[in-house]
Amino acid sequence: MLQAELAKRLGTFHLDAALSAEPGKTLVLVGENGSGKSTILNLLAGLIDLDRGRVALDGVVLEDTARGVRTPAHLRPVGFVFQEYALFPHLSVFENVAFGLRAQRLSHAPVTRRVRAVLDQLGIAGLAAQRPPALSGGQRQRVALARALAVEPRLLLLDEPLAALDLQTRAQVRAELRRRLAALTCATILVTHDAHEALLFGDQIAVLDGGRVVQMGGRDELLRHPRSDYVAQLMGLNFFQGKVTAKEDGGVAVVEIGGGRVRVAGPVGEDQVFLVVDPREVTLHLEAPAGSAQNVFQGPIVEMVPEPPYGDRVRVALGTRPPLVAEVTARAVASLGLREGMTVHASVKATAPRMFS
Amino acid sequence: MSTSPRSGAYRAAIAPAGIVAAASALLLALLVLPVISLLLRVPPGVLLERLRSPVVTQALWLSLLTSLASTLLVLGLGLPVAYLLAGRRFVGKRVVEALIDLPMVLPPTVAGVGLLLAFGRVGLVGRFLAPLGITVPFTVAAVVLAQAFVSGPFFVNAARAGFEAVDPQYLRAAATLRSSAAYAFLRVVLPLSVPALLAGAAMTWARALGEFGATITFAGNLPGVTQTMPLAVYIALQSDLEAAVALSVILLIFSFTLLLALRNLPGRTWR
Repeated sequence: MLQAELAKRLGTFHLDAALSAEPGKTLVLVGENGSGKSTILNLLAGLIDLDRGRVALDGVVLEDTARGVRTPAHLRPVGFVFQEYALFPHLSVFENVAFGLRAQRLSHAPVTRRVRAVLDQLGIAGLAAQRPPALSGGQRQRVALARALAVEPRLLLLDEPLAALDLQTRAQVRAELRRRLAALTCATILVTHDAHEALLFGDQIAVLDGGRVVQMGGRDELLRHPRSDYVAQLMGLNFFQGKVTAKEDGGVAVVEIGGGRVRVAGPVGEDQVFLVVDPREVTLHLEAPAGSAQNVFQGPIVEMVPEPPYGDRVRVALGTRPPLVAEVTARAVASLGLREGMTVHASVKATAPRMFS
Repeated sequence: MSTSPRSGAYRAAIAPAGIVAAASALLLALLVLPVISLLLRVPPGVLLERLRSPVVTQALWLSLLTSLASTLLVLGLGLPVAYLLAGRRFVGKRVVEALIDLPMVLPPTVAGVGLLLAFGRVGLVGRFLAPLGITVPFTVAAVVLAQAFVSGPFFVNAARAGFEAVDPQYLRAAATLRSSAAYAFLRVVLPLSVPALLAGAAMTWARALGEFGATITFAGNLPGVTQTMPLAVYIALQSDLEAAVALSVILLIFSFTLLLALRNLPGRTWR
């Protein structure tokens, strides 16, 4: 369990955030560039000093400015996967992974044993003799993860672990990384600027803006109840996990989710997929609309919440199967006469959902 | 050196090919003519014969030994200094930097006078050494000190640049991997700086090998003791031109080979 209260001033930027992360769970920090995500990781790892605050991990205080306690970075049980991975270019994959163990003056046999185990676990035993410059982006990421995990950290930090990859490998590596992180027993904090990634990885998600946590909560809470316009824009998406059950002509997949079906255009990946639908892509109608390229769902309006700050847009939560959130203009609400409890038809074009495997 | 498109455009725009060609030819001629003259002056047979004369062999060995010793001295003392200058900011850092660079612009004879005043019998340091029976001036030790004085900056500056070129991200990574600053220096910074260190050491060695002014002022010109190759050339010039040329050619070949080797160092770029 990590508990942290962090205050840091860097030039004109002021970070002030409180966080907690549970063992075996992934906390995602999501926000735009300059929102303070990476600074938080650096503070937790001890790479920069706190101005004010406290960091405690599994009951051990690593830093407490009030009591003048500060554990230097190299004595913290923290693993770090850097954005560009920062693999030592002059050392083999084996020596990169062994680095943290050798730095602790572990003797030869246990180092070899532990490194082999981690390399096997990540499926990169065959790369042991290679040097990082010879590896692909996806392989580098696995080596970086192996290197960080070799020292058995109690807290694992990942700074934009997918940003250094090209789009093609990204999708595959993302799915793999998700599985690996889910299997870890330590607390994990992952930083991203991508809302989709946040939804895919985050058991808990903290949205950062201008050095502050503007909202923290589970996936569903952020999706259904974004508490600010910023969070709504960044995170207010429909997010489903489902299974491809059929493939139609013209590259359309039928995805089975939560008692409903969604037809999705585009390349079909694996069996298990995630769908993300922007609420602005969900259109509401009083009568069932025509048109074959559309998904139409019928259901009652569960909740209507005006979007902060002006309320000129309204988030409409629907009791459809699957449950959808639509975002419509206040004028549309008025002209359709929408109110809670009323049954409507919601349509989503087959081209609207974004599919991830 | 690779030519980027931008520097190509720069050349085309600013310097017409004729001027570039003429200037290059003139400068190269200035550098090449003395070299060619030296090489043409002495037939290879005479050169080999001269190599066997005791004055030449003595000077050659002395030069090799003293220059290697001074290079090692500079390496040992220069490495920590380079680390200090590359790393942190501290009070008086600029003064230290200027001091390090001083020998590069100081006339070597001035350096020799300074060393003499410091290590001579009544010098700042020498007056404490004399009662112990230690005399520095006009000994082999003086040759080594003079060479270290003038060649030190080459290594310190190259090593410092090498250390500074190491991506700080690697140091951050090392810190998150239980590595102390000392361990990170040994296992990350030092190996990544090897090309720069080799280049600096080679320049230092070449400079030490060619040292003349500070040596003759501080160490004198005793054959077999302090008469290094450059001194032997100068002395030979007064009596035996052919010997002077032979010695010069040997120095020339050696220095040129060293510089050429320097350019063919494994150009390891890690990124």
